[in-house]
Amino acid sequence: MDKPMVKPFAITLDPGSSLANHTGSWRTVRPVYVHRLPPCNNGCPAGEDIQGWLFHAESGDYEKAWHVLTENNPFPAIVGRVCYHPCESACNRGQIDEPVSIHAVERFLGDEAIKRQWAFPRPAQRSGKRVLIVGAGPSGLSAAYHLARLGHEVEIHEAGPMAGGMLRFGIPKYRLPRDILDAEVARILDMGVRLHLNRKVDNALAAKQEGGFDAVFLAIGAHIAKRAYIPAGAAARVLDAVSVLHDMEAGERPLLGRRVVVYGGGNSAIDVARTARRLGADEAIIVYRRTRDAMPAHPSEVHEAEDEGVLFRWLSTITQADEGALTIEKMALDEAGKPQPTGEFETLEADSLVLALGQDVDLGLLDKIQGIEIEGGVVKVGENMMTGCAGIFAGGDMVPSERTVTVGIGHGKKAARHIHAWLNGELYQKPPTPPIATLDRINRWYYSDAPKTVQPELDAERRLDGFEEVVHGLNADNALFEARRCLSCGNCFECDNCYGVCPDNAIKKLGPGQGFEIDYDFCKGCGLCAAECPCGAIDMVPEDI
Amino acid sequence: MSHQDIKFYQTGTFTVGNRLLDPEQRSVQSTLERTNALNSGHRACPGCGEALGARYAMDAAMAATDGQIVVANATGCLEVFSTPYPETAWQVPWVHSLFGNAAAVGAGLAAAMRVKGKSDVRVIAQGGDGSTADIGFGPLSGMFERNDDVLFICYDNQGYMNTGVQRSSATPPAARTATTPAVGPHPGHQRGMGKFVPEIAMAHHIPYVATATVADLRDIEAKVTAAMSLRGARYIHILVPCPLGWGSASHDTVRLARMARESGLFPVFEARDGEVTDSLKIRHQVPVEAFLKPQKRFAHLFGKQRDEEAIAYLQARADRNIRKYHLLEA
Repeated sequence: MDKPMVKPFAITLDPGSSLANHTGSWRTVRPVYVHRLPPCNNGCPAGEDIQGWLFHAESGDYEKAWHVLTENNPFPAIVGRVCYHPCESACNRGQIDEPVSIHAVERFLGDEAIKRQWAFPRPAQRSGKRVLIVGAGPSGLSAAYHLARLGHEVEIHEAGPMAGGMLRFGIPKYRLPRDILDAEVARILDMGVRLHLNRKVDNALAAKQEGGFDAVFLAIGAHIAKRAYIPAGAAARVLDAVSVLHDMEAGERPLLGRRVVVYGGGNSAIDVARTARRLGADEAIIVYRRTRDAMPAHPSEVHEAEDEGVLFRWLSTITQADEGALTIEKMALDEAGKPQPTGEFETLEADSLVLALGQDVDLGLLDKIQGIEIEGGVVKVGENMMTGCAGIFAGGDMVPSERTVTVGIGHGKKAARHIHAWLNGELYQKPPTPPIATLDRINRWYYSDAPKTVQPELDAERRLDGFEEVVHGLNADNALFEARRCLSCGNCFECDNCYGVCPDNAIKKLGPGQGFEIDYDFCKGCGLCAAECPCGAIDMVPEDI
Repeated sequence: MSHQDIKFYQTGTFTVGNRLLDPEQRSVQSTLERTNALNSGHRACPGCGEALGARYAMDAAMAATDGQIVVANATGCLEVFSTPYPETAWQVPWVHSLFGNAAAVGAGLAAAMRVKGKSDVRVIAQGGDGSTADIGFGPLSGMFERNDDVLFICYDNQGYMNTGVQRSSATPPAARTATTPAVGPHPGHQRGMGKFVPEIAMAHHIPYVATATVADLRDIEAKVTAAMSLRGARYIHILVPCPLGWGSASHDTVRLARMARESGLFPVFEARDGEVTDSLKIRHQVPVEAFLKPQKRFAHLFGKQRDEEAIAYLQARADRNIRKYHLLEA
């Protein structure tokens, strides 16, 4: 363009680039991207990758979120309603304002999947192995789902007339509507899982051999109500929680009367009392021998029951049941905090007494099978969920565990992995667990202040009219908001902070979904990226020098 | 503020980027296309706030002008660490002359562009607090009063760090430097000295004056963009923590800038034609101690006996800023 300029020698040298100067040699510590285990994932009995699926929900890609979620748990619509969400108790955000309402987002995804008819992927290839599952409760169905995904042929034998187990015969409709349950069960059957109803297995080993199965997973639950000895008059009406809740589903509605007393402090006690109110009882009183704090029932359910007018008698035992009345003895806590009788009695009017004192397992199908060990009324299983009899695995309420839906679902998944390995003559190796993403690694300054979204509830007055669902779901807008409250503890969510705050341009951005890479040629190891990472996904590691 | 706050997208607009935002809402620094005006390989200390601030500002200016920028740089850290002849880390047309004359060189460049009819080529002059507040103050004031078409950016690290940490007129009271040792009844830098150049710039009634810190990227980018949309003399003063001179950990640079702002010690505001028009509000107020304590230059305030009186004096300065610039939400 212009004619060449005549320049004096001293400034004729073109400047060189600083890129020749590799400042990475200054470094004594190096930043490294890490994945930590978010506390929610750590707390989930079903082993869900909660932070992982929230990541997709945050961008509004609900279908992807649902697919990531269901890699571990095929029942988001169910557990979004009935799980007591230990994930939320563990959530780091709970120490900042309130935990992310994980269950609400999960339920939204589950409902969305039903509405839009999202389906599970069919297994790529068949293994040719056949697995028998005994019991179509949460644990058995979960195992069936995971085994089917792994390509095995699965057959479920269920003693009852409908699938669902305790989901159907233990959890009332107002907590879990049956169309939701049916939809999530049907989706598993659509994968090719065969379900035989009203088929009770009398002997697990015989069933395995006769049916030509390569492995068996037992998940029959705990359906026998525990009884306590209470002297009762001939005309006293004493029932148990299992049969009351069972009859609500299949059979005639139980006759409980106008004044119902429920004995026990667990979730079943609450379920029965709330059911009684809905059946028209004027009074539903829960009698429990310890205090409210010691009650095993979940606080949210106790709270909802109180809203519906359920009454509580703490520190009380029932010593006598007669027609129309019960005798109650007051208890007092001793120095060790245990309830002790006081010798003070009183009378409580009651048309019926429902015992909700826990459940036992019907272990008949394991009689005379060699190697099986029973301890404390439940079946002993190894780390791999296998009983003492090779090829027979067990999980859910019939093995030693905390008896919740989600624990059962987790057992099903765990058993499926071990069964899969066992069928291939291998041992399942659990991948190493990274350390927990603790709150002290979170740079809280970066997160917007946002209290959690409250799920709307049915008015207390309207609840008693029937069995309509009490807690409502989120809609697409507030589910998105709620998902975005996630701090993404210990896992990069691509906020570009490291890319931005590096004074040396030593971080390469690889594009959406690809994350970042550190250019160690120029990184001086100042640590700004790690310090300013909101979610604690960068560690500073000493260099070998 | 001059930038649009995104109320709630997990991290809103607090982080550099945010995958949940529309592309047009994203910061320059979060893009793959940013200029990296100050490139890798420069010799600034690890965790240098000035290097960070200079890239933030210059990339934003490049983005705002389609890359039509020429820069005059004063002597100082920024010049020394970026351009040891024959190497340079700058990826913009860049000229260095003397310590005190960056504003004058900038004014000359602007005049040259005018004469050559290149109105699209914009001029930026920049330097540290030494070349701005002390050595180059005369030329700077001249550039302001003539309303030359130059944006002057001061990267304020509160002292002459490059030459061995001597005090400047931007060094805060009580800070220990090589020339203000921590001895005597009021150890560290004396009280009642120094100046705050943004207020002096405002007194020239130039079109645009703003302050910023390296802790608020969105704010810097919005201010540089606003400045580049105007003609005439403009001034932006960016607080850039210096790990070397402040005696702070290299990973604390951004945090210290944030604490300076959240405590009120460094007010972040915007002024047009000599009048304050807006200020960046404190989000989670902290006592001045949160800013002072991680720095060795203030270590004598937190020895065996805390110097409560000096801390209270600095807190009073912060409180005055909060009142004066309305830094707390009404």
